Amino acid sequence: MTNRTETSGMPEAGIFNIEKIRNDFPILSKTIHGKPLVYLDNAATTQKPQIVIDSLVEYYTSMNANVHRGVHHLSEVSTKAFEDSRIKIKNFLNANSDKEIIFTRGTTESINLVASSYGRANFKAGDEIVVTAMEHHSNLVPWQLIAKEKNMTIKVIPVDDNGELILNELENIFSEKTKFAAINFVSNSLGTINDVKKIIETAHQYNVPVLLDAAQAINHLPVDVQKLDCEFLAFSGHKLYGPTGIGVLYGKEKLLDAMPPFMGGGDMIARVTYNESTYNELPYKFEAGTSNIADAIGLGVAIDYVEQMGIEKIAMYENSLLEYATAQLQKLDGLKIIGTAKNKCAVISFIFDTIHPHDVGTFLDFEGIAIRTGHHCTQPLMHRFGIPATSRASFAMYNTKDEIDILINGVKKVIEVFK
Amino acid sequence: MKEDLRELYQQVILDHNKSPRNFKKIEEHNHFAEGYNPLCGDKIDVYVLIEDGIIKDISFQGSGCAISKASASLMSSLVKGKPVVEAEKLFEKFHDLITGKLDEENSLEELGKLAVFAGVKDFPARVKCASLAWHTMQSAIKSESSSVSTEEKI
Repeated sequence: MTNRTETSGMPEAGIFNIEKIRNDFPILSKTIHGKPLVYLDNAATTQKPQIVIDSLVEYYTSMNANVHRGVHHLSEVSTKAFEDSRIKIKNFLNANSDKEIIFTRGTTESINLVASSYGRANFKAGDEIVVTAMEHHSNLVPWQLIAKEKNMTIKVIPVDDNGELILNELENIFSEKTKFAAINFVSNSLGTINDVKKIIETAHQYNVPVLLDAAQAINHLPVDVQKLDCEFLAFSGHKLYGPTGIGVLYGKEKLLDAMPPFMGGGDMIARVTYNESTYNELPYKFEAGTSNIADAIGLGVAIDYVEQMGIEKIAMYENSLLEYATAQLQKLDGLKIIGTAKNKCAVISFIFDTIHPHDVGTFLDFEGIAIRTGHHCTQPLMHRFGIPATSRASFAMYNTKDEIDILINGVKKVIEVFK
Repeated sequence: MKEDLRELYQQVILDHNKSPRNFKKIEEHNHFAEGYNPLCGDKIDVYVLIEDGIIKDISFQGSGCAISKASASLMSSLVKGKPVVEAEKLFEKFHDLITGKLDEENSLEELGKLAVFAGVKDFPARVKCASLAWHTMQSAIKSESSSVSTEEKI
């Protein structure tokens, strides 16, 4: 690394104080196999700032009580913190109302909720669901389940060799038969930022509601559900610097209101007799049982942290990392980048003809570098590109050009061993 | 290369990865199985010709990491010409080796060339890479199914 001093004073860092940010994330000072951790697996999960970690401790130390139930002080305090977090999320997504914000376990549960509740109530045999060729399994399998149950067909918007959706095909894919569209905002394998606005507009011409899987978009891009005009949007807290086990489903109030409950239990009911029940109002109708209160509050704190940095600034900084890493990786012998769309988030998948991603992953691990190797839960997409797996480096606001240099050097060593 | 890594990626493994033996489809075979590792998407086809309880010929095709490719290559060259029962016994020993259950002092010798996989036991995530070819071979000789997944078998 000849330019270590130069890069630490890099202009991009001027956007915000990178050193301070790194100090906010305690895990980043860990060493792995005796080397400083270079965490480049952010598309799988992001690390957590100290204030998020502290909020969990604080909750269990001084606030813990069940929400919406007790009349005692602690229950009121925890209910307020829980509902305040919902309002933060509502504002973060620019939703119309906090009734439109449902807490789930994560993106997967959010999507299953819609597939199961909306799907059971509205789909019938012969109907069609539209997805893209680059869905994560979590935005594919739930639709396959309901499609099988209802005898429906799944239509796929194809992807070109650069990893961009072929949107000219939209008019051939949407039809009177289409009853739903489930689309990823950003591809977890390729990094492509999809033109979801155009897909949503097309879908709406056919009166088709759209669910956006925003798992990979939420920490990289400003997400405004009113501007997007999507019917549903799902994301996970742990990819937004928040805790695991907490996620969000946004849904337009009118649709959520008409949907039957997903799970039955406490908190989601209004009146219960032995034979039937009436259901609670939104959003509680979809939050059966005791919610993940602590992590919901932690997610609110993570959103505060992100907003303090500014999502636009984060996006700009991550883009500079993406450009630098792409340019450096492209120079390496035999390396091919999979996913070269014009509009990308800070995710780079790459392969070699003769070196398997798992070997790359194991070697980099010994350099302290954490990347993801495998099919990234997108087997149909890997099949489309005729590859079993890729190595994937994905960046977050706390990564630096120095770390990319360490990655490049690590990959060079792998190339040397397998020469 | 670091010590643990050198232990995992021994020269023999790198060589077999680069030029795997029996890496083809033998037309004359009476047993076949497809092995699949859903964790990484790797796939291997194993073709076996068994006559009078003896593995007369064996080959494989597919994609995989250095560990899985070298394992398939060494497996095929070691069981070729051996009685089926012996091949299965060897697999048991090999499986014990990579999962750290083998008494290495006493048994390493019997494993011969397979001893190069001793390093795998320190990499739990890579055990499936080393065992896939063997599971698939076993499945082929039993013809118990045409598809075997390492999710169920490690």
